[in-house]
Amino acid sequence: MSLREAFRVAMQALVANRLRSALTTLGVVIGVLSVVLLVAIGQGAREEITGAIEGLGSNLLFVLPGDGDFGSAPARARFVAEDVDDLEAALPAGEGRRAAGYVVGGEQISADGARITTSVYGITAGYGEVVDREVARGQAFTASDVLTARRVALIGATTAQVLFAGSDPIGRNLTVGGIRFRVQGVLAEVGGTPFGPDRDDEVLVPLGAGQRLFGVSTLDAIFVRATDTTTVEADRTIIERVLGQRLAEDEFTVLSQDEIIGVVGDILQILTLVLAAIAGISLLVGGVGVSNIMLVSVTERTREIGLRKALGARTRDITRQFLLEAIVLTGLGGVVGLLLGIALARLAEAVSPLTAVVTWWSVALALSVSVGVGLLFGVLPARRAGQLDPVEALRRD
Amino acid sequence: MSDPPDAGGDVPVLLEARDVVRTYRLGSRRGEDPVEVHALRGVSFEVDRGDYVAIVGSSGSGKSTLLNLLGALDRPTTGVVRYDGQDVRSMDDRELAALRNGSIGFVFQSFHLLPRLTALDNVQLPLVYRASTVKERRVRALDALGSVGLADRVDHRPTELSGGQQQRVAIARALVTEPPLLLADEPTGNLDTTTGGEVMALLERFHRERGMAVVVITHEPDIAARADRRIELRDGLVLSDTRRDVGGGR
Repeated sequence: MSLREAFRVAMQALVANRLRSALTTLGVVIGVLSVVLLVAIGQGAREEITGAIEGLGSNLLFVLPGDGDFGSAPARARFVAEDVDDLEAALPAGEGRRAAGYVVGGEQISADGARITTSVYGITAGYGEVVDREVARGQAFTASDVLTARRVALIGATTAQVLFAGSDPIGRNLTVGGIRFRVQGVLAEVGGTPFGPDRDDEVLVPLGAGQRLFGVSTLDAIFVRATDTTTVEADRTIIERVLGQRLAEDEFTVLSQDEIIGVVGDILQILTLVLAAIAGISLLVGGVGVSNIMLVSVTERTREIGLRKALGARTRDITRQFLLEAIVLTGLGGVVGLLLGIALARLAEAVSPLTAVVTWWSVALALSVSVGVGLLFGVLPARRAGQLDPVEALRRD
Repeated sequence: MSDPPDAGGDVPVLLEARDVVRTYRLGSRRGEDPVEVHALRGVSFEVDRGDYVAIVGSSGSGKSTLLNLLGALDRPTTGVVRYDGQDVRSMDDRELAALRNGSIGFVFQSFHLLPRLTALDNVQLPLVYRASTVKERRVRALDALGSVGLADRVDHRPTELSGGQQQRVAIARALVTEPPLLLADEPTGNLDTTTGGEVMALLERFHRERGMAVVVITHEPDIAARADRRIELRDGLVLSDTRRDVGGGR
């Protein structure tokens, strides 16, 4: 029997049992749909987050506490404000400041009777320049603001909206952890990500004021901006030399932006694969359903199989017919599931803050796995059909 | 070697059964000795090209078993079934399929038409299992349906046809491959006498016009009486093998 003929016979059989075929396919549809959708969302998260890191500005070097092993307990930061000054002095001069540091904590903010809890950053004077954080309205911190730890604040666009409900916040007062600050500027909107903190909802205060709020005298991290990509490694050497004079080697780590993106990207990639694997289980269950219904189909059509054998069908003709039926069933489910998955990914993007990116590999994986599932779970019923004894099969009523 | 009953040229006889024994083992439950059922105990006969043979016997005489063996659907426990001198037992799955497809046309008591398919598609079915083009299959199937008088029913499904029409579709399916042998198992069993007579007349016409050998298995004396030769089975053995005289009735 030609493949084309076998395909025609398989389609006839599937159409003859429309409802059953549709319900059987549904299992595969749901499996493929969830693989495509979850991978798209995982992939979207990855691009979103790496994009957010890139959004901090290009050619950044991150100086973090600890030896860089993310598996161990978080190290206590031992950076101080003087480290930033030392770095600024040691690094070749560029446009504006090159080094900045911050200390961060969560605090209760209130103004005009509104009360929220958000992140408060105590920053050095260069912070805005180094991480591309512009002030949209009002005044950025001056060196003396920071030096004298004045109680002034810059607030994010969302924070301004929530606390002051549309009225101009500049010059107004708010309290951070019970201490009063005067708002002197509103930060430019950067657009939030659905993951991690909303960067438009934060309060920046001078470093000294922040340290007093949190009761520390250290910095949580330092950023250094390289003048361009080629100087990143030279700057790294300088940073390591300067900080190494006071700190032990395992007390700080210098990471380039690319390295951070790589690490975070890897973590999210693994997360995506785990999601895909969990979704894959439902695909497997769908495959068992196909196997089950194919066995029923073989039993029902025992007489047909006997007749076909009497008319000259070889064992492999029958096997192929049923195998093809299973593959058409799951392949169809794969295509439908794929289309639904893409549609749902679009929908998720439209109605939620999630980003969904349908990747070619999830599409290829979903289709090949669904056909593979048909092959795998079709083999048993198909072999059983092929090996039926024609005498027994014809006798069956 | 020296005592064949036939005139014995180079051409081997169409179908030959020699000392055919078929034993079924029943009751294979663990710990029990299987019961052996001797369906055929040593049957020998030959069917030559153009023969018209009726195989008769009461139920349990081994008729159905013999039909399965003659149709190459089953293999004998001992003994030999040969087509054109080829031993069925030595054939593999592919050769058996080719034999059933090319040399034997089956007609069953319950027609065995596929209900989903139209008459035309049912008739085409054997051609699907051999090298053929769609067009060629269609032409041959239409031709076969025409020769059984159903040219106006090609697009009907079995449920839309009467019993006699269904059996005629089945006959068209059996002869669409132009096999040298038609094997009919109680072909009139599900039909009334008149329709049954028409179906038999149709088989006889192809026997006459195309020289096909026809083997009919039946328990109806009327049907058996129409054949040129009558083989009677009893308890798995050939009781008699008589050829009708050329001049008159049996």
